[in-house]
Amino acid sequence: MDDNKIDALHNLGKIILKDEVIFEKFVQELTINVTEMFRDPIFYKSLREKIVGRLATYPFIKIWIAGCASGEEVYSIAILLMEEDLLNRTVIYATDINQKVLQTAREGIYHMNEMQKYTQNYIKAGGKNSFSDYYMAKYGSVLLNKSLRQNIVFSVHNLAMDKSFNEFQLILCRNVLIYFNQALQNKAINLFYDSLCPFGFLALGNKESLLFSDKKKDFDEVDRHEKIYIKKN
Amino acid sequence: MIGTDKKYEAIVIGVSAGGLEALTVLLCDLPADFAIPIIIVQHRAKDEKNLLEEILQAKCKLTVKQADEKEQIEPGKIYFAPANYHLLIEDDHSFSLTSDTFVNYSRPSIDILFETAAEVFRSNLVGIILTGSNSDGAEGIKKIKDFGGATISQDPASADYSYMPQAAVNTNSVNQVLHLNEIKKFILSLEYYGHKI
Repeated sequence: MDDNKIDALHNLGKIILKDEVIFEKFVQELTINVTEMFRDPIFYKSLREKIVGRLATYPFIKIWIAGCASGEEVYSIAILLMEEDLLNRTVIYATDINQKVLQTAREGIYHMNEMQKYTQNYIKAGGKNSFSDYYMAKYGSVLLNKSLRQNIVFSVHNLAMDKSFNEFQLILCRNVLIYFNQALQNKAINLFYDSLCPFGFLALGNKESLLFSDKKKDFDEVDRHEKIYIKKN
Repeated sequence: MIGTDKKYEAIVIGVSAGGLEALTVLLCDLPADFAIPIIIVQHRAKDEKNLLEEILQAKCKLTVKQADEKEQIEPGKIYFAPANYHLLIEDDHSFSLTSDTFVNYSRPSIDILFETAAEVFRSNLVGIILTGSNSDGAEGIKKIKDFGGATISQDPASADYSYMPQAAVNTNSVNQVLHLNEIKKFILSLEYYGHKI
């Protein structure tokens, strides 16, 4: 906030409430956007083995990735669905509070030097093809294939304030809730509950759980280790 | 000798390469009624689940577990940072996990645990750096010292990997440089600041 010459914390409060541009900049400074493709490969493997078959029973699949940051997880899911021949009848809604990282996500351009790690993750996650089939490399960057992006909607959504906007068969919100206090965690989980169809799936981060939520009894565990839950009817 | 006239709320330990052996020496003889919580960052492979905790639990009398998000720190327990997450201490003596970017090429990072622990426990904290080949933890040791806590480094010459303890010693913020067995004796001499279990 040095850039805006704000001298005291109470002034910052006044200004960000009124100035939309500074508010957006503040959000960008504050939010954490660390992510990678196929992070926790075992999770993706579990998704492929335990969830994909059930998703395939729906004629039209809707997935929400909440807190998608710069999009690496979104494209990982898109690749997985493409390999399972489901991407063409899926819409992925990818949301984040931070507009700047959403723009990166939309562009689908990432640093070349991450690709070695992502390739290893992809193989461990049970990838069926060669990872390099999914991108084009040039000028030290990679551009992910357009075919992956055709059914993805990127949009701003604030988990603390905004309401449900659709009904989904699968919601992923991984390593987002650890940054929330208990009250806000509970609110977000209620929002996910309201946004899932009966028998819809919820996937959280490895160190997150429904333990502290009042919706704990309304979900069953599908994969205890990878924190995948199913909404009871 | 530091520490003998004071009481402590927590012990934080940072360790990397060669850690399992050093931790076995240090922790396995602690009696079951040793109250001061011990919180450890051991650098570990990012997809490792619970193996480290299981191995040490089999040998230790105290409860050994992975720190969970929002879990309250309790006396008589040994906590490890989970693989691929930073471990932080909150003002209310609970744990926070984050998946922020790597610090010193490490996640979990020793510096992050030490710095947040120093702010919370201030002078009632002991920070210990053991064997390793990375300078993670050196900044954290400085911070613990700045807040008046006790700082200890394993003697680099006797450590399996000397780089990490040497980096801590080089900050000039280490109260004592000790052999593993001396560190163990020191830990055993400490008194717990808080309710008895």
